[in-house]
Amino acid sequence: MRFDTSPAPHIVAGYSVPRVMFQVLLALLPAGIVHLVLFGPGLLLQLAVACVTALLCEALALHWRGRDTTPALKDGSVLVTACLLALSIPPLLPWWLTLFGTALAVLLGKHVFGGLGQNPFNPAMVGYAMMLVSFPAEMTRWPVPLDTPGAGSWAELARLSMASFYGAGADPRFDGYTGATALDSIRSGLDLRYTLPELLGRGEIGGPLGARGFAWLNLAALAGGLYLLARRLVRWHIPVAVLAGLLVPAFLAHALDPGGHLPASMQAFSGATMLAAFFIATDPVSAATSDRGRLWYGAGIGLVTWVIRTWGGYPDGFAFAVLLLNLAVPLIDRYTVPRIYGRDA
Amino acid sequence: MNPQAIGAAVAVAAVLATVIGLALGWAAARLVPDADPLVARIDALLPQTQCGQCQFPGCRPYALAIARGEADIDRCPPGGDATARALAALLDRPARPANPAYGVSKLAQVAWIDEERCIGCARCLPACPVDAIVGAARQTHTVIADQCTGCELCLPPCPVDCIELRPAPALLAGRYSMHRAA
Amino acid sequence: MPARPEFPAGLALDAHKQQATGLPIVELAPPAQVVLALDQGSGSTAQPVVAVGARVAIGTLVARAEDATAAAIHAPIAGIVIAIESRAAAAEGGHGVCIVIEGDGTATLDASIRPVPDLGTLDPAELVHRLRDAGIAGLGGAAFPTATKLAAARASGAQLLLLNGAECEPWICCDDLLMRSSAAEVVLGARILQHALGAARCVIAVEDDKPEAIAALRAALDGWDEAALSVAVVPAVYPQGAERQLVTAVTGSEVPSGSLPAQAGVLCQNVATAAAVARWARDGAPTMARIVTVTGSGVARPCNVRALLGTPLAALIDAAGGYQGKPLRLIAGGSMTGRALASDEVGLTKAMNCILVATSEDLGGSRGRREMPCIRCGDCAAVCPAGLLPQMLHRATLADDLQSMRRLGAHDCIDCGLCDYVCPSQIPLASRFRAARQTLRIADESARRANAAKASYERREQRQRAAAAAEQLALDTVRSRAGQDREAAAGRVGGTD
Repeated sequence: MRFDTSPAPHIVAGYSVPRVMFQVLLALLPAGIVHLVLFGPGLLLQLAVACVTALLCEALALHWRGRDTTPALKDGSVLVTACLLALSIPPLLPWWLTLFGTALAVLLGKHVFGGLGQNPFNPAMVGYAMMLVSFPAEMTRWPVPLDTPGAGSWAELARLSMASFYGAGADPRFDGYTGATALDSIRSGLDLRYTLPELLGRGEIGGPLGARGFAWLNLAALAGGLYLLARRLVRWHIPVAVLAGLLVPAFLAHALDPGGHLPASMQAFSGATMLAAFFIATDPVSAATSDRGRLWYGAGIGLVTWVIRTWGGYPDGFAFAVLLLNLAVPLIDRYTVPRIYGRDA
Repeated sequence: MNPQAIGAAVAVAAVLATVIGLALGWAAARLVPDADPLVARIDALLPQTQCGQCQFPGCRPYALAIARGEADIDRCPPGGDATARALAALLDRPARPANPAYGVSKLAQVAWIDEERCIGCARCLPACPVDAIVGAARQTHTVIADQCTGCELCLPPCPVDCIELRPAPALLAGRYSMHRAA
Repeated sequence: MPARPEFPAGLALDAHKQQATGLPIVELAPPAQVVLALDQGSGSTAQPVVAVGARVAIGTLVARAEDATAAAIHAPIAGIVIAIESRAAAAEGGHGVCIVIEGDGTATLDASIRPVPDLGTLDPAELVHRLRDAGIAGLGGAAFPTATKLAAARASGAQLLLLNGAECEPWICCDDLLMRSSAAEVVLGARILQHALGAARCVIAVEDDKPEAIAALRAALDGWDEAALSVAVVPAVYPQGAERQLVTAVTGSEVPSGSLPAQAGVLCQNVATAAAVARWARDGAPTMARIVTVTGSGVARPCNVRALLGTPLAALIDAAGGYQGKPLRLIAGGSMTGRALASDEVGLTKAMNCILVATSEDLGGSRGRREMPCIRCGDCAAVCPAGLLPQMLHRATLADDLQSMRRLGAHDCIDCGLCDYVCPSQIPLASRFRAARQTLRIADESARRANAAKASYERREQRQRAAAAAEQLALDTVRSRAGQDREAAAGRVGGTD
């Protein structure tokens, strides 16, 4: 009897890039639901624009590069980029701004470097950073989360989102419904020499868990992140390092100056902390290569974020922290090559 | 728009540019890493066949000519396209294929003397650039396959045409170029 | 001797062994015809010493090892050599020169076979010599001549004999059954090898998923001095049975990169090899048979078979109940490192420890794989038992960056296939790295020849320059002398003033 032949090994584990990406999207679901509940349906509009734009740009870029489009589109990696971006941006952005950011993320953050597996920078953060720097006003205008005392209703938030989506812009009708994020307000307050207890005492910024609205979002992102850890889709090094890099200085600073620095618990549950630690910083293509390198990489991101949050010009520093550490990856890699069996260190 | 502010910005930028430019220029000139002289580095990429198809009497003279800019990098048929590409990369020039005008790139080969027909005239001995043929006058000659580079210089002097070329043995069998990768 | 409690990397794979361990070892009757490949799996060929038409008896030497990396081959049946030609074989290209013997139905023993005299009196060097003549080769899959390994280990002063009973690869269980049924043979073989090596200690390493084998070995060792001969239980993780990793698990120290375990003081031998040595000691016959696992969803009754070397694989599959379902691959070896064969007419060799008849269900999704770009997930680095960064090595291989390939450990890769197995982008890493090592070997060979040619050329140039200079000097000397003579003659004849 005759047989076909093929090289060893003759079995595969069955992991595949589409499976991994799908699991990541699944893990983002809790955060997405919490987002919808607290910030209105704007997320759905942003997701729609981001996903469609991402797929179109990916197809276009592959076509221009002379590559096969179908397998690349089916792998879902660009959808993860789009979803992460949609979750990071305010749900009130006009559609053209989301389109602009997503297109930049896919084209300039990924394809210009060679497509899947070749980007030195995190594509979602490239898009986010460009949007933030170009349109700072729109990018810092979040709806007041619905768990804030005195906030409006979900239906009103829905109307606001629709109007804003189609470019209503700074309509005075909606003033009461939007504002700065908790981190933003705390920064401004601290700059004006208010103390932390005074700021938090007012009850609009801080809730039982942490920042209003964002605390729940972070909790949901943490749940998703733990799911990814349990399924071994993400290794613990980057998330633990990011959280350590952020929370250790925060803890020390708060211990030394409780009135002027957020406690570690609030740092952990505000802004995009958990989303960044488990989903954004863990993008394997732009992260450091070895496990030890990833520890330094994550710690660097956490530390730079803390610095930007405390003294920098932006309320949440994750995007810039990630991009800066992406730049540092070749250096980190050079000094963290693991020892090969049988060789001296 | 404040003319003073603009003037200050331009001045700062100009000063920075000048200072950094000078620093970079100094570094380029003074902080050069140790490297072999250019000729040695070019020679290290040539296959050492010593065949003369490049119209120079050996690989080293050809390397010298390249370093002096007297010869182009595409003249080596045993090295083939791979060597031409490696030379282009070393000298930071556009890559090009080996020029067939200087010879055809062949599969790695070694010479073989048919001992039945060899008359022992010893004319092939001085022709071999790497002393790969052994034998004395009126004794049969043979090629040391391990030393032979396949340059074919022994073929013309042989009066009975008893030398032929065979594929190189073992690992090099079926390879096109004798290219020496870094 | 305590073993390390955990393995630094590697992966626990689905074992698929229980299918074949249920039945006792099937003793297969001698086949009508045997096909003995001159390359029994070590990569080196032996040279035939019989011609077509020669009559051979059981145990007659039919091929001799010309160099130290091949083992001698003996006829497993009595009969006539009907052909020495290229046949289907487990070698590169699917073919190899084989000696084909047609049996005559008798059980005539070759005259050279007689029991080995009192082993205790044989001096180790003589023992090694006899093992070489008996064609004893490693039965763990590499078929490397045991005598060569022993001699090298003696020269390096190895003090530990490590018997490999780990059998970490999925599907293979022949060593397990051998240890269960013939533990005494394994122990006897261990003692003989220990004596040949001159080693103070011997450890038999077994994975912890083989409790019956461990119990059998411990029972056979009852009464022996623990310090001299003992059983070590190691975790059942793939590739625990790889030489270097096993040495580290048992001794705690690493084999330096680029050197052999023997140079680090340890000689590794498979338990089946030890059993083969014991059988030789008992009746003086060379290795002519082995136990092989015949398994996979493509055979009706997976089991272990003891068969003569050269038995066509089709006969082995019949012994296991014949084909069933739609078998897709015939693999000589396990699912991670085995070689897929094109024909079941290939003869059993010393290296074949398993015949895996795999259906698509056994192969998992490996047939539909579509390669995608590397996403640097690092799963490969997490499982690599050699501590490499396969994702970086892959990049270097794609870029033909030979220097980086060496630095990143292309030659330290043990070819276990785990990186390939886990890759979510379905990149055929194992094949790429095999090709990378070949590229490096070719580059090294090219460089060696070029350097030799250059040195030769420069010597020749120097010689010619020296010859030219000497000639010039001689010419000048002659000319100047001629000039002086003329002047002298002119002076004598004509007078200048």
